[in-house]
Amino acid sequence: MSKRKSSHSHMTDTNNKNSKSSATDDGFGELLQPVYKGKTLTDPINTADDKWNLLPAFLKIKGLVKQHLDSFDYFVDTDLKKIIKANEKVLSDVDPEFYLKYLDIRVGYKSNGNPKNIEVLLPPHECRLRDLTYSAPIYVDVEYTRGRKIIIHRDLEIGRMPIMLRSNKCILSGRNENEMAYLNECPLDPGGYFIVNGTEKVILVQEQLSKNRIIVEADEKKGIVQASVTSSTHERKSKTYVVTKNGKIYLKHNSVSEEVPIVIVLKAASIVSDLEIIQLICGNDSVYQDLFAVNFEEAAQLGVYSQKDALEYIGRKVKTIRRMNAPKLTILQEGIEAIATTLIAHITVEDLDFREKAIYIAMMTRRVVMAMHNPKLVDDRDYVGNKRLELAGQLMSLLFEDLFKKFNNDFKANLDKILKKPSRASEFDALLHINIHSNNVTTGLNRAISTGNWSLKRFKMERAGVTHVLSRLSYISALGMMTRISSQFEKSRKVSGPRALQPSQFGMLCTSDTPEGEACGLVKNLALMTHITTDDEEVPIRKLCYMLGAEDISIADSATLHTNGTFGVYLNGTMIATTRFPIQFVAKFRHLRRTGKVSAFVSIYTNVHQSAVHIAADGGRICRPLIIVEEGESRVKAEHLLKLKQGAWGFDDFLINGLVEYLDVNEENDSLIALYEKDIIKATTHLEIETFTVLGAVAGLIPYPHHNQSPRNTYQCAMGKQAIGAIAYNQFRRIDTLLYLMCYPQQPMVKSKTIELIQYDKLPAGQNATVAVMSYSGYDIEDALVLNKASIDRGYGRCQMLRKNTCVLKRYPNHSKDIVTGMRVNEKGEPIFQHSALGPDGLGEVGMRIQSGQVYVNKCVPTNASEGVVGGQPGINQQQQYREAPMVYRAPEASYVDQVMMSVSDNDQALIKVLLRQTRRPELGDKFSSRHGQKGVCGIIVQQEDMPFNDQGICPDIIMNPHGFPSRMTVGKMLELVSGKAGVLDGSLQYGTCFGGSKLEDMSKILVDKGFNYSGKDMLYSGITGECLQAYIFFGPIYYQKLKHMVLDKMHARARGPRAVLTRQPTEGRSRDGGLRLGEMERDCVIAYGASQLLLERLMLSSDAFDVDVCNTCGLMGYNGWCPSCKSSENITKMTIPYAAKLLFQELISMNIAPRLKLSDVF
Amino acid sequence: MSNIVGIEHDRVTNTVSTDFPGYSIEANNEFDIEEFKKKFQINISYITERTANFDLIGIDTSIANAFRRIMIAEVPSVAAEHVYVFNNTSVIQDEVLAHRIGLIPLKVDPDTLTWVDQTVDEKDRFTDDNTIVLSLDVVCTKNPNAVPGDNRAENLYRNSNVYAKDLKFEPQGRQTETFEKNPVVPCDPNILLAKLRPGQEISLRVHCILGIGSDHAKFSPVSTASYRLLPVIDILKPIAGSDALEFQKCFPSGVIDIKENGEAFVKDARKDTVSREVLRHEKFNGKVKLGRQRDHFIFNVESTGAMPPEEIFFKSVRVLRNKAEYLRNCPIGNLN
Repeated sequence: MSKRKSSHSHMTDTNNKNSKSSATDDGFGELLQPVYKGKTLTDPINTADDKWNLLPAFLKIKGLVKQHLDSFDYFVDTDLKKIIKANEKVLSDVDPEFYLKYLDIRVGYKSNGNPKNIEVLLPPHECRLRDLTYSAPIYVDVEYTRGRKIIIHRDLEIGRMPIMLRSNKCILSGRNENEMAYLNECPLDPGGYFIVNGTEKVILVQEQLSKNRIIVEADEKKGIVQASVTSSTHERKSKTYVVTKNGKIYLKHNSVSEEVPIVIVLKAASIVSDLEIIQLICGNDSVYQDLFAVNFEEAAQLGVYSQKDALEYIGRKVKTIRRMNAPKLTILQEGIEAIATTLIAHITVEDLDFREKAIYIAMMTRRVVMAMHNPKLVDDRDYVGNKRLELAGQLMSLLFEDLFKKFNNDFKANLDKILKKPSRASEFDALLHINIHSNNVTTGLNRAISTGNWSLKRFKMERAGVTHVLSRLSYISALGMMTRISSQFEKSRKVSGPRALQPSQFGMLCTSDTPEGEACGLVKNLALMTHITTDDEEVPIRKLCYMLGAEDISIADSATLHTNGTFGVYLNGTMIATTRFPIQFVAKFRHLRRTGKVSAFVSIYTNVHQSAVHIAADGGRICRPLIIVEEGESRVKAEHLLKLKQGAWGFDDFLINGLVEYLDVNEENDSLIALYEKDIIKATTHLEIETFTVLGAVAGLIPYPHHNQSPRNTYQCAMGKQAIGAIAYNQFRRIDTLLYLMCYPQQPMVKSKTIELIQYDKLPAGQNATVAVMSYSGYDIEDALVLNKASIDRGYGRCQMLRKNTCVLKRYPNHSKDIVTGMRVNEKGEPIFQHSALGPDGLGEVGMRIQSGQVYVNKCVPTNASEGVVGGQPGINQQQQYREAPMVYRAPEASYVDQVMMSVSDNDQALIKVLLRQTRRPELGDKFSSRHGQKGVCGIIVQQEDMPFNDQGICPDIIMNPHGFPSRMTVGKMLELVSGKAGVLDGSLQYGTCFGGSKLEDMSKILVDKGFNYSGKDMLYSGITGECLQAYIFFGPIYYQKLKHMVLDKMHARARGPRAVLTRQPTEGRSRDGGLRLGEMERDCVIAYGASQLLLERLMLSSDAFDVDVCNTCGLMGYNGWCPSCKSSENITKMTIPYAAKLLFQELISMNIAPRLKLSDVF
Repeated sequence: MSNIVGIEHDRVTNTVSTDFPGYSIEANNEFDIEEFKKKFQINISYITERTANFDLIGIDTSIANAFRRIMIAEVPSVAAEHVYVFNNTSVIQDEVLAHRIGLIPLKVDPDTLTWVDQTVDEKDRFTDDNTIVLSLDVVCTKNPNAVPGDNRAENLYRNSNVYAKDLKFEPQGRQTETFEKNPVVPCDPNILLAKLRPGQEISLRVHCILGIGSDHAKFSPVSTASYRLLPVIDILKPIAGSDALEFQKCFPSGVIDIKENGEAFVKDARKDTVSREVLRHEKFNGKVKLGRQRDHFIFNVESTGAMPPEEIFFKSVRVLRNKAEYLRNCPIGNLN
């Protein structure tokens, strides 16, 4: 990889920090080696075939989770400084002389330190093991007054910031494989998550409607057209609407009590003349003018003519929420305040110059008028171009700013308290008071990340479930989680729009990977080759637009604004200029971007309907790289690809040299993109790098997905995350709550380029099973599989389950503490059964077998932990009494002690973690799945000699029922089998890449050459009779995954057992050893059958039968043959009723309702 | 009925033999030992240390299949059954290591051991008659004589790889004499068991006992034993010229040869893999008929190494004979 630092302009720097990708050996090196997959440098370069090499080059600098890392880096390096700048001064209400000013902020290094050497307390893996938070100190430099002097204090720690793994503040960034191994980290781990209190937490990407953009919608039923804009600034978030009502247009806002006629608003915003209003909104178009003209009437009727009238009108309507000590404003001032700051808050008004805002409102109105005239001119909420993705960095920045403000407020309150005191002995030093609260920032950040509750009062934001525990079920599940996008839409709403597959998702969001059920379509995944932008500076782009000949809007004449052929130039949704030559303007701008003068992630596109040129430089847009095509020719030529192969060029070089560029969804819509080089025509502007990048990382595992029915691919995306396999290189060092590992995982025979790119072949989850597609034994109906016993004996599907058991040795206020004691022995001196797995230290010994009922941590708790807190004399400690509180193993199957860890947690308590291991061979009922959404359970395990065999004596590992094929239409699975078989015979790995991969003809050719039938069907002999089977059997290897659902974890039966305390009915659920419910429907069956005695037995006698004494006189229940209400024992009858009924009666009695039982004989 | 199994492009016909009594009135088909003796034939193609390839001709499928099944599942052999781990600080878990050790084929004549009686108390169950003890004690250390610059584990460390050959036979009691000439060793010495790094060690004892393949695949004496039927190629109409060359290409080399007159003829049908490629071609339609001879079994027995393959076959015959014997002596067998 070349490490050329590009000669970017200042604007591009933030986004291209990654170009200095270090010498990490992440396996991509191999992909760029001179000889790779049988191809050497001397091979002829075929641009059509070899341009896919750009993809590994892209992933090398971007990685799969780069969006998270970029966003966090941006937050720590740039956003933090902005926040500090915005809240830079702390002043005192008491002492006007005093000030404290923040000069700088740094995370992880001191002012004299090296930004490369981050001070973290502990390496990440130790944090995981010891339940700590992986964080780095936040240092600020402050300047403040002490008496008369101004003092600068550097490196003041205000808290600790959780660090995203592999971000540039993480000690893992830029490490090579050896160094990673030394730190007990897996080099293939993508990073992008936090470690808080020992758990790995991911901040999921949040999808929302774009901010500060006008969205026009129409409700055709109600005949309403509305344009809305959500203004988001650092201070507040508000939404402004321009709506139609009875054909007239109004402005609506939360803090204005009723809708204000639009003409009044414009007049208030200093567009006083009616002519200018109509010029700004309708231009010369008479149709629009007719539509809009009604609005003038209303303003006239209301007697609003001048700006003052208008401002006062608005001032009266404003809902005033004033803070306590703020001065009261006049109505006029209220009006001015509303226009200046409340409405469309993201446009700042300087020196009461409302023109920019007036034009913005006029534009919104124009869009409404246009949509009134032509209902097609509305925006699509679900269009990906109208979406923005919020990443960890943005969320952290909101949180941090909130905490920082609170920190400053607390600090100020504290200062004022002290400064109020008239006399002080010593000179006041503000710093002495700053450290007291320093914990707030740390705990605030930690709590938000560990609970996932983002509550920011400033924005009225109350979001739960922002963070999730990183799923470490398999490598793929962790990877899939990092690319996941969750939507803000409610899951319960029954609208299909947001859930539907949007054509604009192409190449940006994976078309297959979404969960089934309630979150279907709302949770999405990024495609393989995407990038999410971060904010870019607006000012330089604005200047650039003027330099490119666009006319500044503030000096433009209102009359010319909407003349034919005049295009508005919009920067992040705000009109900043006009141009009469939009095509030229856009071309020039693109040229500057391609030469690196403008950040590569700024997008520009024309919208002819709106006569607009939109420039977007805001963060959260999804974009992807494409090859630039000029004059009907791809700009990427063989020589460039050769340089890439030789390693002279990296992906950034393609970017700088204008061969490749990033397009966001909106700009993509303005381009003509050819799928393949052969499809290029004259008008083509771009060429896809690789077609399989429409899919994401998880869907990329599927071989031949383009031959499958699409839901099958979606099912596989869900199941691939449940497959047991290798998790990470450090999997044996991890102590996770639950860890599933496969003993002998294999890389698939039929892989895809995605598999190589995400290095699934290094951490696979599955095995290549020889499959015979035939029916066998009848135990294979409903997708059940037949497994070969000899294969299982030899290690097929064997896996391990490791479970963590944590034990904390507490300290109590009276200086007593929990202890671990040794084993107890019987009279022969041997340890008792319960303690036989313990060592002399009272902990389970590594390697010992632990059966149900045995102890693995022999913890003892002091009996008098609560006593003697106050008067305890530490000198005289009488013999402490202990009560045994051991950790006892309870499970049907024995486990082995895998690891025992002893450490000290955050609050100085001893932390013991015991990892217990089970090795499991596949058994009846274990779940397996191929990579095509074809899951099945093991229905029978068959002896090898009973299995069918072919001429070579090969017998299948799995027999799959052919009925799985017709309705599922998973042709990809058949192709996988044929390709896999060819690969096995040929000694090669075949490819099943989406829209590519090994061709069936070639595979058939290999089969025939090796003496097999072209179709992959063999003649098999029955293992039982030894005769030939009458049909040819489709026979070959298919990659099968063992899923985490295993019978051992689910099996449950009960004859008798625990009962619930309140109702005395059997408990519910396997974990409580509950009963098996005879539910309503089963009850109905028994009733219908008339089996009344069975009903009685099931529902009462076997459940909660209870003998009561019923008094025949009063009908109430008594006890011991005595009725307390009648004070007699005369008419007492004993009978059996369900305890729940007795409970109901008593509850009714407690509510002053007397249920009286009237008993009589049935027969 | 012919005893040729028909191989058609989409199905296999005539798979079931019908030469048993009561199938038809015309033929008696009663089993006649003399006739069987006359008809039955064994041809041995080759026998090596590990594989045997021989033909059984003129035998019923059920018998041939019984041999195959017995060789896989019922011929006893010796494998590790109990592993007592004293110390294992390697990365590989005890169970997985034990499983790997269990699958190592051992060079032990199964006849030298007796069966372990599972009913006997565990303390007395294993004797020098029925159990072979192996031990594995490896400690990985740094190699003081490592060649600098060579970063392979083999150079840097000693015992970085644990192989099957590291299992040492520990003769018990009389075994010193009985196994003097041929001590117990793994058949394949270079099976990798575990990888170690300095400071890690493995110390364990293994008890190996007699077992059969149907209990666990590790006791199976064969890696596979199977048969195929002899292919038959019938050229119905002469194929000559360029067609003949094409016809030849439809088969593995050596199956079809071409006469001087350009006509194709079947040279060695045995070499055919019955890929049915020829049936794909429209032009050979009706000109050729593929089949397999139903009573000609080409056996292929691959031994794991404990016994020579032919011996495994002999043992399978013995097991089958014992079973027949047992059935004959059964009360049910004596009814008539």
